[in-house]
Amino acid sequence: MAEEAQNNPPKSGDNRPSLSLHVPEPKFRPGDAADFSHIDIGEAGKQPRPDETCDPSEMRDLAYGLIRVLGDDNRAHGPWDPKLDPETLRTMLKHFATVRAFDERMFRGQRQGKTSFYMKCTGEEATSIATSMALASDDMVFPSYRQQGVLIVRGYPMIEMINQIYSNKGDKLKGRQLPIMYSSREHSFFTISGNLATQTPQAVGWAMASAIKGDSRIAATWVGEGSTAEGDFHSACTFATVYNAPVILNVINNQWAISSFSGFAGAERTTFAARALGYGLAGLRVDGNDPLACYAAEQWAANRARANAGPTLIEFFTYRAEGHSTSDDPSGYRSATEREEWPLGDPVNRLKNHLIELGEWDEDRQAAMDLEAAEMVKKTTKEAEANGILGHGLHHPFRTMFEDVFEELPWHLKEQAEQAVHERKTKFPDGLPNEGKGA
Amino acid sequence: MSDTKTRKKQDASQDGERRLNMIEAINDALDTSMQRDPDVIVMGEDVGYFGGVFRCTAGLQEKHGKTRVFDTPISECGIIAVAVGMGAYGLRPVPEIQFADYIYPGLDQLISEAARLRYRSAAEYIAPITVRSPFGGGIFGGQTHSQSPEAIFTHVSGLKTVIPSTPYDAKGLLISAIEDNDPVIFFEPKRIYNGPFSGYYDKPVEPWKKHPQSVVPEGYYRIPLGKARHVTEGEELTILAYGTMVHVVEAVCAKKGVEADILDLRTLVPLDIEAIEESVKKTGRCLIVHEATRTSGFGAELSALVTERCFYHLEAPVERATGFDTPYPHSLEWAYFPGPIRIGEAIDKILSE
Repeated sequence: MAEEAQNNPPKSGDNRPSLSLHVPEPKFRPGDAADFSHIDIGEAGKQPRPDETCDPSEMRDLAYGLIRVLGDDNRAHGPWDPKLDPETLRTMLKHFATVRAFDERMFRGQRQGKTSFYMKCTGEEATSIATSMALASDDMVFPSYRQQGVLIVRGYPMIEMINQIYSNKGDKLKGRQLPIMYSSREHSFFTISGNLATQTPQAVGWAMASAIKGDSRIAATWVGEGSTAEGDFHSACTFATVYNAPVILNVINNQWAISSFSGFAGAERTTFAARALGYGLAGLRVDGNDPLACYAAEQWAANRARANAGPTLIEFFTYRAEGHSTSDDPSGYRSATEREEWPLGDPVNRLKNHLIELGEWDEDRQAAMDLEAAEMVKKTTKEAEANGILGHGLHHPFRTMFEDVFEELPWHLKEQAEQAVHERKTKFPDGLPNEGKGA
Repeated sequence: MSDTKTRKKQDASQDGERRLNMIEAINDALDTSMQRDPDVIVMGEDVGYFGGVFRCTAGLQEKHGKTRVFDTPISECGIIAVAVGMGAYGLRPVPEIQFADYIYPGLDQLISEAARLRYRSAAEYIAPITVRSPFGGGIFGGQTHSQSPEAIFTHVSGLKTVIPSTPYDAKGLLISAIEDNDPVIFFEPKRIYNGPFSGYYDKPVEPWKKHPQSVVPEGYYRIPLGKARHVTEGEELTILAYGTMVHVVEAVCAKKGVEADILDLRTLVPLDIEAIEESVKKTGRCLIVHEATRTSGFGAELSALVTERCFYHLEAPVERATGFDTPYPHSLEWAYFPGPIRIGEAIDKILSE
């Protein structure tokens, strides 16, 4: 019988059900009223906090729950409370205000034609600000494109950020990169790639190098939930676990990858933190709009890495409150009420309300801080604009276009540079008004 | 040095000079670089304890330790990416991709990352990595163990591509590549790992020890990237080749009695354009030979350069003798390979004009 079946495998016309393909679909589209009551956010303070050196198998549930510290009562609860002093909390709040003011100004600058592109991080501020405050300033970070908060925390001069966004003559990156693709070796901040998830395994490599050299610095990297679908993410998890690399893999699950909801990265079936379990990595799932939980989780992972106890994958469950970028219009694909219905609230308000609840802050001081931040950004923007805005001639001398392809200029690039000079002289026989005035 | 596994196999030559095959020379280059610079790291699939499927890293782990020479997961994307991260830290990684045919999963990390770090960060970050990989056919490797993908890399701004053809060059070029602050693709022609290849595949294999270029000095020396090697001097025509094909071309010319100016390019990017121009202007005829597929191969670039720069010196159209535009067929690999007949006929055609 078995032999007969083997010799006569069933054919497609036999009595079997038809297959059907599942194509994920988000719950709400434009015009729908968003209702997130299906999301179990759990109660603040209820998740256990294991020892940083524990085996990943002992903390499986943390990959499926949600670590939350700040409750609806605006108080900190449970073992994950990082117990930060009010001064640190106010510093965090100031970073929030700064980033929000910066985002507003730069977004407007793009709309005014001062640059080509900008990306806000509204709603996700805690995932870069609170997390990087939990790292040492010389820990190496490999960011994705929405971690401007890390640079603000590390004290990177804002004018450098704006010069880069305007690609002007003050741009340290010589106008070569799309706006917001910052780089600062001095601030242990890796050059941002436009290609997704490439930084994830690179961070693992950096961490491996640090371990090879017996250094004490660790690496942290950020990637969007959509980009976890890239092979690079799998490579990163594999290398991280194989070599027990001192690295933190932050996955920012902001629900949307441009117009594709997280279901296209697998969120309908499991959590992103649960990816850790198959690799034997420590996995944490965190309320990404809870600044204290974000800080505590990153601190836990940093302690673990620094103790040579291994890498951690953290999913920050958050919401991209604005469009993907200035080139995006989310009203074309998602419900307009998602933002207000989002069950985890706004990270800035939550931190502010916590400080007020502690008696360490009030609305007047908040208003003054917001104003001060807006003024500071405005002033810095004006300073940067003196270096030029995109397309207005005040860019780097164009000979710099050929520099840094290689350490030394090979003959073929020399020839091409001569051609470029020739073209420039043909187009502007009397010379350029701004040429050569660049940095 | 003498405690490495490969070193024990080495032949003491009659004239007292140390003779190595290409595998031993590559091993020697890695060993020399690792001794000189503690930041040099070797990693790849099977390169650690076992010493590599072609034995190029034999003995290195034992000598330099497990954190400087180690096996990796089977993930070319991961290998290159991790090397980029290590380079950003300040190390000088030398990852091995087991076969050039396996390099494609690492292309994004090579093309968009390693090759672009210096440019996009205005030199804040660099990728001083050397990706070693055996390439080319002639060992019955079928279509997934025989390819010559060099033109994919020469097309990328920011990458250097180096291909040695002798043990002496392999050592000197590899040391230069490792010390270079830009990412280098270092393709090792595996058909000639153990001996030069005449292209007459039905004849007995010649060992390297009979070849003058198998004399490999102890210790440190460099061969600069971007300098071609004059293999033979001749007036009749110029032949541009690299890797395995250098030896095939030399054998064909010897057999036909053709006095050719044979240039072993050694580095495709940066290219030694001066040597090419000088030779073609002298001979007025140019044949380009590579094993890779023909269309958009590096020969097309060479042909264009020679035509642009030497047109009024040319007495015949530039010719190419290359692999065919098919995958490398297993049973018919010698029908694919640009062997003596294809090269010989191309020479005849050029000389008849």
